[in-house]
Amino acid sequence: MEIHTHADPHAAHHDDHHHELSYWRKYIFSTDHKTIGIQYGLTGLAFLFFGFCLMLIMRWQLAHPGTAVPVIGHAFIAAQNFLVTHPVVAGQFDGWFWLRAISDQFPAGVLSPDGYNTMGAMHGTIMVFFGIVPIAFAAFGNFVVPLQIGAPDMTFPRINMASYWCFFISCIFMLVSFLVPGGAAKSGWTAYPPLAGIADMGIGHHHFFNGQTLWLTGMIFNITASLLGSVNFIATIIQLRAPGMTWMRLPFFVWAQFITAFLLLLAFPPLEAAGIFQFMDRVFGTSFFMPTGLIVGQRLTDWSGGGSPLLWQHLFWFLAHPEVYVLILPGIGIIAEVVANNTRKPLYGYKAMVGAIFVLAFLSFIVWAHHMYMTGMGATVAGFFQVTTILISIPSVILITALMLSLWGGSIRFTMPMMFATAFMPMFGIGGLTGIPLAFNAVDLYLHDTYYIIGHFHYIVAPGTIFAIFAGVYYWFPKATGRQLNDFLGRIHFWGSLVFINGLFFPMFLQGMAGVHRRWYDGGGADLEHLTYQFAGPVLHWNKFMSTSAFCLAAFQLPFIFNFFWSMFNGKKVGRNPWDATTVEWDAPSPPGHGNFDTEITVYRGPYEYSVPGADKDFTPQTEPVGVKVVASAVPVPAQAH
Amino acid sequence: MQIPHEVTARPDTGLYNAKLGIWLFLASEVMLFGGLFSGYIFLRLGAEPGYWPHGLLNVPVGTFNTAVLILSSVTVVLSWAALKMRKFAQYKFYMAITILCGILFLVVKLAYEYPQKFNHFGVFIKKESLEKYEPYLGNAFLKEHNLDPRYEITGHLLDAPKGSHYAEVAEKNAEHFEHELHAEGEHSAEGLAPIIRTDDPTDYVIQLDEVNAEPTSEDNERPHFWPKKLSMKTAVIHAEDLEISSPSMFIPRHSSYFAVYFTITGLHGAHVLAGVLVFLYFWGPGAKLYKTNPEHLANRVEVVGLFWHFVDLVWIFVFPLFYLL
Amino acid sequence: MSDSHSPAVTPTNHAPAHADEHGHHDMHLKLYWGIGAALIALTGFTVFLSYIDFGSRSRNIVIALLVAAFKVSLVGAIFMHLKGEKPTITRFLYFTAFFVCGLFLLTLLAWTDPIFGTSHNTH
Repeated sequence: MEIHTHADPHAAHHDDHHHELSYWRKYIFSTDHKTIGIQYGLTGLAFLFFGFCLMLIMRWQLAHPGTAVPVIGHAFIAAQNFLVTHPVVAGQFDGWFWLRAISDQFPAGVLSPDGYNTMGAMHGTIMVFFGIVPIAFAAFGNFVVPLQIGAPDMTFPRINMASYWCFFISCIFMLVSFLVPGGAAKSGWTAYPPLAGIADMGIGHHHFFNGQTLWLTGMIFNITASLLGSVNFIATIIQLRAPGMTWMRLPFFVWAQFITAFLLLLAFPPLEAAGIFQFMDRVFGTSFFMPTGLIVGQRLTDWSGGGSPLLWQHLFWFLAHPEVYVLILPGIGIIAEVVANNTRKPLYGYKAMVGAIFVLAFLSFIVWAHHMYMTGMGATVAGFFQVTTILISIPSVILITALMLSLWGGSIRFTMPMMFATAFMPMFGIGGLTGIPLAFNAVDLYLHDTYYIIGHFHYIVAPGTIFAIFAGVYYWFPKATGRQLNDFLGRIHFWGSLVFINGLFFPMFLQGMAGVHRRWYDGGGADLEHLTYQFAGPVLHWNKFMSTSAFCLAAFQLPFIFNFFWSMFNGKKVGRNPWDATTVEWDAPSPPGHGNFDTEITVYRGPYEYSVPGADKDFTPQTEPVGVKVVASAVPVPAQAH
Repeated sequence: MQIPHEVTARPDTGLYNAKLGIWLFLASEVMLFGGLFSGYIFLRLGAEPGYWPHGLLNVPVGTFNTAVLILSSVTVVLSWAALKMRKFAQYKFYMAITILCGILFLVVKLAYEYPQKFNHFGVFIKKESLEKYEPYLGNAFLKEHNLDPRYEITGHLLDAPKGSHYAEVAEKNAEHFEHELHAEGEHSAEGLAPIIRTDDPTDYVIQLDEVNAEPTSEDNERPHFWPKKLSMKTAVIHAEDLEISSPSMFIPRHSSYFAVYFTITGLHGAHVLAGVLVFLYFWGPGAKLYKTNPEHLANRVEVVGLFWHFVDLVWIFVFPLFYLL
Repeated sequence: MSDSHSPAVTPTNHAPAHADEHGHHDMHLKLYWGIGAALIALTGFTVFLSYIDFGSRSRNIVIALLVAAFKVSLVGAIFMHLKGEKPTITRFLYFTAFFVCGLFLLTLLAWTDPIFGTSHNTH
C-alpha cells in the first residue's frame, strides 16, 4: 500500500462539482462548518474591534476627564449642531431619535457619566459574549474541530447554521441598543439587580426598546446560540471521529473544545433562567430580584417585592465562572497545537493536560461564589468556595507548566503563531498568579472592584486568550484561505501589541493595590490638584500612561487588519501542510472543499509525532500508517465518490 | 455529502447522532429548569410567613392536565413502537392522540386556567392596618391555632378606583354579582345587602373568596380539592391600607408566587407548544419519510418523544410545587 | 426494544415496511400502558397526600417530592429508555445531575449562612 502526502501547492484546489449551491446558500445561509466558522470569526473580530473602541473612549475619559473625545466627540458635536436644527416636534415621529440617543451620551463631545457606564457595561458584554467566545470557541471550533477529527462536517449542519443566525440576531439587539433613547445597558456586564432592574426605565425610555431590556433579549438569543453550538460540538466530537481517531489520539485543541462545549452546555442555562427572570422583572413588573421596600430617589418603588437580588448573582456567576474557562480553554488548546508544531516535539504531558482540563471543568462549577465574597456570606460558605478556588489553580498550573516544559529541548521555530504562543505563556502566568490572592476572602474584601482585579482578568483574556486567537489566526489562515499572512507585518503587529498591552494592563495592579476603584468616572480626579480620592494620588499619573498605551495598542492592530484582508487575496500561496504539521486538518486541501477531505481519512497514531527517531521527516502525520514507507507525491489521491 | 451515523448507530458509542444530540440538549434543559426552580426555592424560602399563598390554583383541573400529559407520554412511546414494528396506521393513530393531548393541555392552560387567574383580584394589607381588616383575615384565630398569618384579601373586584385600568373588569364583575345576588334573593328570604359602591373614589370593593368571608372557619382553611365558590359577601378596602404595589389581578407582578408560577408554567407551555408543532410535522408532511426510510422516521419520533417525556417530567414537579403545596 | 436490546437496527436504506422480527414488542406495549396507569395513579396519590397533615408543610413538601422523584424515575427509566441506555448518555446525565444539585445545594448553603441576616428578603 502506498500512502500519499500532499506537499504540492497546485493540488490545493478541489472543487465539488456535483454540488452547485447558490451564492446565498454557499456564503450566507451556509450549512458548511467552515463557512459558519468564518462567519463567526469575522463577526467576532468585528465585535472585538468595536469593544476595543468602546474601551478607548473610556480610557480617554480616564486620562483626560472632562475634555472632548477626539474624532468621535467632535463628530457628536457636529451631530448635536445638526439636531438643533431638527428639533423634536410634539406628536410627530422623530426620525433622528437614534442620532439623538447616541449623541446625548456625549454632551459637548465629552463622555457623560451615563455614557461611561454604558461603555463599561457594553465593553465587558461585547468582549466576552460577542468577541472572544464567538472567535475562540465558535469560529475556531467550527472551522478546525471537524477537520482535526477527520469529519466531513458537523453532526447537525442545519442546527449549526441556526446557531450562527441566532447569534447574529443577538448581535443586532446589542447594536440597536446603542441607538434607543437612554442608550445601551449601563448596569455593568454583570447586570446586578436591583440596579439593572430600575435602570433605563421611566420617562424618556421605551418600555421594551431600552438599553437593559434589549441587553437581556440579546443575551437570551446569544445563550440559545451557544447552546445549539455546544450540543453540535459535543455530538460531533463523539460521533464523527474518523476511523482510528481514538480519544487519546485527539489533538489537545479538540479536547479543549470538547470540555468548553460541555461547560457552555451546562453552565449557560441557569443564566438563561436568570435572564428570563430579569426580563420578567423589567417587562412584566415581577419582583424576582427586587427586594421589598426598595427606595429609589427617596420614593418607595412599586415593586411587589419579596425578590432576592442575591439570586441573580448566584445564577449569573454559576455561568460566569465556568465562562472564564470557556474564554481560556480554547486559547490553551490553540497554544498547545502551535507549541507542539513549532517546537517539533510532542506536547509534554498530553495525558496530564487532558486530565487537568477535566478536573478544571468539574471544579469550575463549584467555585462561583468567590465572586460574591462582598455579599455578606458567612465563614462556612466563604471557606468552602475559597478551598475550591485554590484547588482549581492546580489543574491550571498543570496546563501552563506542561506548555512551558514542552519548550524544553525543542528546536523552536519562531514563526508568527509561535511568537504569540511564547508570549501567551508568561502573560497567562501573570494573569493566573495574580488571581491567587483574590481567591482568599480576606484579601478579596480589599481588592474587590479595584483595578487590581481588572488587571488580573485582563491579563488572562487579553494577552492571554486574544494572543492565542492571534496565534490561531496566523496558524490556520493558510488552511482557510490557501494563503499565508505576511510575516513582516505580523512581526510589527506582535511586538507592538506585546509592549503596549503590558503598558496598558500592568499599571492596573499598582493602581488597584493602592485602592483605585474600577468604576470611577473621572479616573480619580480631573487633575492631581483636584483629587476626589486622596489615597489614590500617588498612582493616578499612571492613567495617562495606560491610556497612551491603549491608543498605541490600537495603532499596532492596524497592520494586522490590513494584513488580514490583503493576504486573503495577495498572500503567499501555500499547499496543504505549510507548517509540516501532524494533525489531520493538514491532510485536507487548502481551503478544503465541501465535505472537507478528498481522501479517506484513517488515523493510525497520536497527534504530536514530531521528530520520531528513525523517521525520514521530523513530522509523522496522524494519517500515516505504522510501518509503511511514505512516498511524497505530487498528485492527490482522487476523491472518493460521495 | 452524507453525515455518518445519521440513522444507524456508531458502533463504539451505540448511538445515532440525533439521539446523542437530544440528550445533550435535555441535559442543558435540566440546567435551565434547575435555574428556574432554584428561583422558586429562593423566593419561597425568602418569603415571610404568610406571603406564600396556598391553594390558589384549581387542583382538579391541574390533576386533569397532569393525567393528559401522562397519557400523551404513553401514546408517543407507542407511536414510536408502532414505527419500529412498521405499523404505519397505528403510528398515525397514536401520534394523533399525542397531538390532541398536547393541544388539550394548552387549551386548558391558556383558555381556562390563566384567564381565571387574570380575573381574580388580591390585595396585601399593610401591617399597620391589619387590625382594621381582622374580620376578613382572622389573624387572632390563626395565631391561636399556630398557623401562618394572613395578609391578603382575595376575590373578584367589583369596584376599582377611578382611573384604574381594572375599571372595566370591575364593572363586568359587578354586573355579574348583582345578577347572582338577584337570583339568590329570590330563593332566600334573608336578603343580602348589596354594598358595592362607596363614597371614596379611591376604594376597592371586593366580592370575597370564601376564605376571607369566613376566615375563622376551619372548613375554609386552604388547600381544598374542589375550588370553593366565591362568597356573596363584599368588603370595602381603602387604598391607603394597602402595600404599594399589591392591588392587582393574579398576574405575574402580583406576588413572587405568581411571578414564578407564570414564568415556569409559561416556559413549560412554550415547550409543550414546540413539541406539538414538531409532532404535527411528523404526523403530516414529515411522515412521508416512512416510504423511503422508516427507520429514520422512527429515530426522529424517538428523539422528539424524548423531548416530550422531558416536558412531562418537568410538569411532574410543577404540579405538586405550585398546585398542592 | 430499546436499541440496547437489538443493537443492529434495520439498515437505513429502504428497509421493508413490514419488518416483523419485533415479537417482543407486545410485552413492551403492555408495560407502557402499565407505567402510564401507575403514573396517573401516583398523581392521584400525590393529591391525596397533600391533604394529610404530616406535621409541617416542609414535611409534606418532602413527601410530595419523593413521590414526584419516583414518578420521574419511572418516566426516565421506561419511557425514555434510560434503563440500559448507553454509557455515553448516562455519564453525561450523572454530571448534569451533580451540577444541578450543586446549584441547588450551594445556593441554599449560601442562603443559610449570611453574616448579617442579609439574605432574608423580608416583605
